Amino acid sequence: MNLFNFYIVSLVKVAVVAFVLLTTLAYLQWIERKVIAHVQLRVGPYRVGPHGLLQPLADVVKLITKEGLIPSHVNKLFYLMAPFVAVTLALISISVIPFGPEIKIGPVDTWMQLTDLRIGILFVIAVSSIGVYGVALGGWASNNKYSLLGGLRSSAQMISYELPLALAVAAPLLLANTLSFREMVSYQSGYWLGFIPRWNLFPEILGFIVFMIAGFAETNRVPFDLPEAENELVAGFHTEYSSMNFAAFFMAEYANMVTVTAVATLLFLGGWQPPFPEPYSNFVPILVFAIGGLIALYHGLNPARRMDKFTLPATALVFLGIAAIFGLSLFVPMAKTILMALFWFCGKILILLFVFIWVRATLPRFRYDQLMRFAWIFLFPISMLNLLATSLIVALTTK
Amino acid sequence: MPNAPVPLSWYLILSAILFALGVAGFIFRRNIITVFMSIELMLNAVNLSFVTFSYEFKQVDGHIYSFFVMVVAAAEAAVGLAIILTVFKNRATLMIDEVNSMKY
Amino acid sequence: MTALIFIVFAGIAVFCAINLVVQTHPIASALSLIGVMGSLAILYLQLGGEFIAAAQVIVYAGAIMVLFVFVIMLLNAGAEAVSFQASRFVRYLGALLLAAFLGLISLIIQAALPKTEGVLFGTFQGTALDVGRKLFTTYLLPFEVTSVLILIAIVGAIVLARKEV
Repeated sequence: MNLFNFYIVSLVKVAVVAFVLLTTLAYLQWIERKVIAHVQLRVGPYRVGPHGLLQPLADVVKLITKEGLIPSHVNKLFYLMAPFVAVTLALISISVIPFGPEIKIGPVDTWMQLTDLRIGILFVIAVSSIGVYGVALGGWASNNKYSLLGGLRSSAQMISYELPLALAVAAPLLLANTLSFREMVSYQSGYWLGFIPRWNLFPEILGFIVFMIAGFAETNRVPFDLPEAENELVAGFHTEYSSMNFAAFFMAEYANMVTVTAVATLLFLGGWQPPFPEPYSNFVPILVFAIGGLIALYHGLNPARRMDKFTLPATALVFLGIAAIFGLSLFVPMAKTILMALFWFCGKILILLFVFIWVRATLPRFRYDQLMRFAWIFLFPISMLNLLATSLIVALTTK
Repeated sequence: MPNAPVPLSWYLILSAILFALGVAGFIFRRNIITVFMSIELMLNAVNLSFVTFSYEFKQVDGHIYSFFVMVVAAAEAAVGLAIILTVFKNRATLMIDEVNSMKY
Repeated sequence: MTALIFIVFAGIAVFCAINLVVQTHPIASALSLIGVMGSLAILYLQLGGEFIAAAQVIVYAGAIMVLFVFVIMLLNAGAEAVSFQASRFVRYLGALLLAAFLGLISLIIQAALPKTEGVLFGTFQGTALDVGRKLFTTYLLPFEVTSVLILIAIVGAIVLARKEV
């Protein structure tokens, strides 16, 4: 594949990933609001479009047309630079995440990944280390005691939890003997006893738990969201931000969430590989979507609300259509690879994102000193012990 | 664009320029934190030199020396900043000209 | 391509270094230093030091500089009051002489080095595997001593920053 082809293919991949990612970020907020609402026995966004599906669009329009107020007492350069840095770095780290295996579409032979680095996981950790500056500068540039405290606390939290994160990541790297994401996923292929997947989750369950907890803290999510909560420190480091700058910080937070769950899937949950062997696992997406469509159809026959007489059958139609697409793709090998890989990868990411949202709806937040104590006195020794145990076992069993 | 190799001396010249700028910052600035940052700039210039020579000999030993320089810089930055905080607590100033009570 | 990337990022590094020395506010100097470190990481990537480039960004730009930025924000360091005693003419002449001096150093370095084959991206790869292997076999003693050094630094920093009871 010559150079020109390479550029065209890369541009197409970048366009696809960017479009899908930005849409996902907007609808992730819809999913979060709906899930938290149902946990709290209410309905959530409901009026803007069917079941609130156009709510993200309404939010985007509101944020864009709001007056972009720059207060007079702020340091303009850093005030404008901080959300830009936060959003750029959050979106850059998606570029090394592989969504699937090698595919061939016509004359083009490429991986479902923007670029593979031999030091893939180090790149993600490096980008998240620099992402601390977006928060710290945003807090400081606002020239406001509460923002400064929120910014400092948030950056101290982020760098403290980077340490257990990196140590929890080091254990599967020891097992797979590589730093690149592609080889990490291919290390996790195959099955023990024919049906248990060879994921890093099973030897490294402690590492997975530590990684998820550190991931909560890295992305400033509950229960570690003291620096940005609305009833503490007057919304912390983004107090003085309005309209698009505020939206940029929130987009950065959701993009970081997607990155953390994607890395957890790649390192611990086997990436795009199904949990049981090939011939049976091909029917799972068809079954899932078909059952979902049938349930929606059943509820659509005697709906609780008048609008549902229309929306529930429409949803059922969409789901059954997707099930049909999955079924038809079984006969086209390249489409089967792409769709199955995407289904399993996005399914695992969505399950982990659901855990993030579920925890947000359930747990109270940590106080700042409890948070720091938890990182240094509890998580760091545990991840260190995990790494030592893993390295001992690897050293004793390799020749 | 033709893939012409970059002469190795360019990297060493860049390292020398950065080191000279670090020395200039160390001598001419009065804020102690800026002086510290000039020291870090000097250490970075030396790291570039190490990595350049490691390329020249096609061995990774230069990378390892560079790694050790980074670790030592981290330790030194931690202790140095703690000292700056203590001096600030006692003298309430960050200008090195004003910490002169042992001068005469 | 290699030359173009070198010129762009070397230019950014020199510009940020000059900015570090010239700026009055320490935060602007700190951000310029982060700019220098980032462009140096790109140059390390060109020289085949992929592990060192990642370590530079993670350790230097992502941890040490965060420490600097913290201290600047906590101490509320304001802009230094700069008073130039020299006239404009002398300042410009000084900048010109500095550039001439640096150019002279460059010429001397260029003349003193033997002719080597030059840097092409991709000829040498300092992978994490090689670095790790060397680090744990040939350089094991410095590695262990460095851990003691870090322990000393931690103890020192905690003792210095402790509140007087």
